[in-house]
Amino acid sequence: MSFPWAKQYQPTSEVGKWMDERLPLARFVHGALGPGYPTPKNLNAFYNFGVLAGVALVIQIITGVVLAMHFAADTRVAFDSVEHIMRDVNGGWMIRYMHAVGASFFFGVVYIHIFRGLYYGSYKPPREVLWMLGLVIFLLMMATAFMGYVLVWGQMSFWGAQVITGLFSAFPVVGTYIQTLLLGGFSPDNATLNRFFSLHYLLPFVTFGVIILHVWALHIPGSNNPTGVDVKSEADTVPFHPYYTAKDFVGLGIYLILFAAFVFFMPNSLGEPDNYIPANPLSTPAHIVPEWYFWPFYAILRAFTTDFLGVPAKLWGVLAMFASILLLFLLPWLDTSPVRSNNYRPLSRLLFWVFVVVAVVLGVCGGKPAEEPWVRLSQVLTAYYFAHFLIILPIVSKLEKTKPLPGSISEAVLAKYGSKSGGGGAAPLAQPAE
Amino acid sequence: MIRLGALAVGLLFVVNVLWGAIAPREATSPDMTKELHKHPKHMEWAHNGPGNLGVFGTFDRAQLQRGFQVYKEVCAACHSINRVAFRDLADLGYSEAQIKTISAEYEVAAIDSNGEPTTRKATGADKFPLVYANEAAARAAQNGANPPDLSLMTKARPDGTNYVYSLLTGYSDDVPKGWTKPDSLYYNPYFHSVNIAMPPPLAADGQVTYSDGSPATTDQYAKDVSAFLTWTAEPKLENRKETGMAMILFLIIMTGLGYLSYRKVWADIKKA
Repeated sequence: MSFPWAKQYQPTSEVGKWMDERLPLARFVHGALGPGYPTPKNLNAFYNFGVLAGVALVIQIITGVVLAMHFAADTRVAFDSVEHIMRDVNGGWMIRYMHAVGASFFFGVVYIHIFRGLYYGSYKPPREVLWMLGLVIFLLMMATAFMGYVLVWGQMSFWGAQVITGLFSAFPVVGTYIQTLLLGGFSPDNATLNRFFSLHYLLPFVTFGVIILHVWALHIPGSNNPTGVDVKSEADTVPFHPYYTAKDFVGLGIYLILFAAFVFFMPNSLGEPDNYIPANPLSTPAHIVPEWYFWPFYAILRAFTTDFLGVPAKLWGVLAMFASILLLFLLPWLDTSPVRSNNYRPLSRLLFWVFVVVAVVLGVCGGKPAEEPWVRLSQVLTAYYFAHFLIILPIVSKLEKTKPLPGSISEAVLAKYGSKSGGGGAAPLAQPAE
Repeated sequence: MIRLGALAVGLLFVVNVLWGAIAPREATSPDMTKELHKHPKHMEWAHNGPGNLGVFGTFDRAQLQRGFQVYKEVCAACHSINRVAFRDLADLGYSEAQIKTISAEYEVAAIDSNGEPTTRKATGADKFPLVYANEAAARAAQNGANPPDLSLMTKARPDGTNYVYSLLTGYSDDVPKGWTKPDSLYYNPYFHSVNIAMPPPLAADGQVTYSDGSPATTDQYAKDVSAFLTWTAEPKLENRKETGMAMILFLIIMTGLGYLSYRKVWADIKKA
């Protein structure tokens, strides 16, 4: 679906017409990312991150396919084959660093994308399914990244696989069975490496499929926008192409500059040095940590240190870690405020920023060894993490007095420009025009 | 209903985790290893370029050759660099003939015409052979210790190049009071457990004789071999930075042009 004023695709050539009657692929692209997709005209830079995430996935798939041509999924040679890529394959160092740094950047971009959705209420009706598909993509990414990290078969790969699959053993009765199934044995070994390689190659394409659904679901109501107000008329929108293709291209350029800075000048700064030591089942690293993008969840996992209601602490940690992500699926029904954008929800906006700080500091805690003061700090922050979504937000969304919304996107844009000419440097808030 | 359920689950997690937060901790004794352990010293390296930023800078070929000499005459007694091939030495400025001479000093396993295992002289295509056939052989010969392969050492430790330099120059006879050090180990605060099995490898000035007039001091040896091991771990470092410069220059121009077209495309809308 689209807005009635969306530009219809008009084939200009005979070939175009012929094709359009048989397989309207050009019509599809025209409507999805072209002039036929009317987009709110007030999208800011944060709305660039969906496209960037798509580009990041494509970079991962292309570099990954090339890496797989040279990688050998066998515990005896996996580490050596990675070093072979780094030393002997033409341009192999670049492909591998792009893939390793690319994983970090993919998560970085997706985290900003998720937080943007949280701030502007993009999970609210009618975009609940869009939001949930995004979370499915996030879960797939986490599984893919974890298994990809294991393929290197360095020390952190091996012990990461040991720890993460070991989580499942916390579940009563079925736990050990699940762990054995995941590993293909009782500890990480060749069977583990092979099934992880197989799944690591499969899941990105599954992710790609879910992204198509995600974009489809986006095109039903159209993009949300910083005011959170629905599109009312043609004056509120611009065609995606050329307006947002031009804008997103600038964002993409900046993203690639940052990406290149890491790939070419500090490629190992985001990784653990321990993973340049070949896996050794007989030597446990002093400090087992996942990559930075898992740190907040790792902190939540380790925050549960006491048995409670007869359930062991380890199981609580595992449940909490899964719950911390799964609860986001309920967010559209936990936050009942009819106002989407936090620009008009003063209390929610404050809580949003508190949550951002909590999430970041939780991440810092997750990267530290499990000792004081980090454990206690992560316990308090974990408590806030759950309280934020499950207790505070449902109450605040009921009681909060929101600011008046602008009548339309155009009105908000005009109000912003009007106050800019009069005001100083303060960020102007959209005022309702009576 | 959803919100009531969420409230219940939320309270369960919150009370649970806060209960853990206020629960008393087991008394921990201060970890002396942690107190004694030191971070690597910060040194300037040719491959880090101006300001030691790591943006510019190339390897100092003469230094790499000296470092290789130190490796060969000192480290190679126990440590291999098994991921490096002899042909790679061309990067250090050695000619094909020189590489042939160097590789001919090493023996590698081979099969003779009768199918019996034998050895032959290494060629440029071979990797530097292992010092010990396997871990058990290494531990048997080294009093229980296993000297690691050094090919990736500077990438396998935080701040690796500085770490190797600091470790090599960080031995001390002044074992702090209260610290127990078995007689078979050596005190070195840059090593993670502070007690290291490796005896001080660079024991005295003049241990290695340089032919290029560089000072024959243990400090210089340590610097040179650390630079050499940076190369063994990241042989494509120069190639990487060069490519990066060109790439970023291209991207800046591309983004600049993209910004100009963005301004042009949006000119009408911004005015409205």
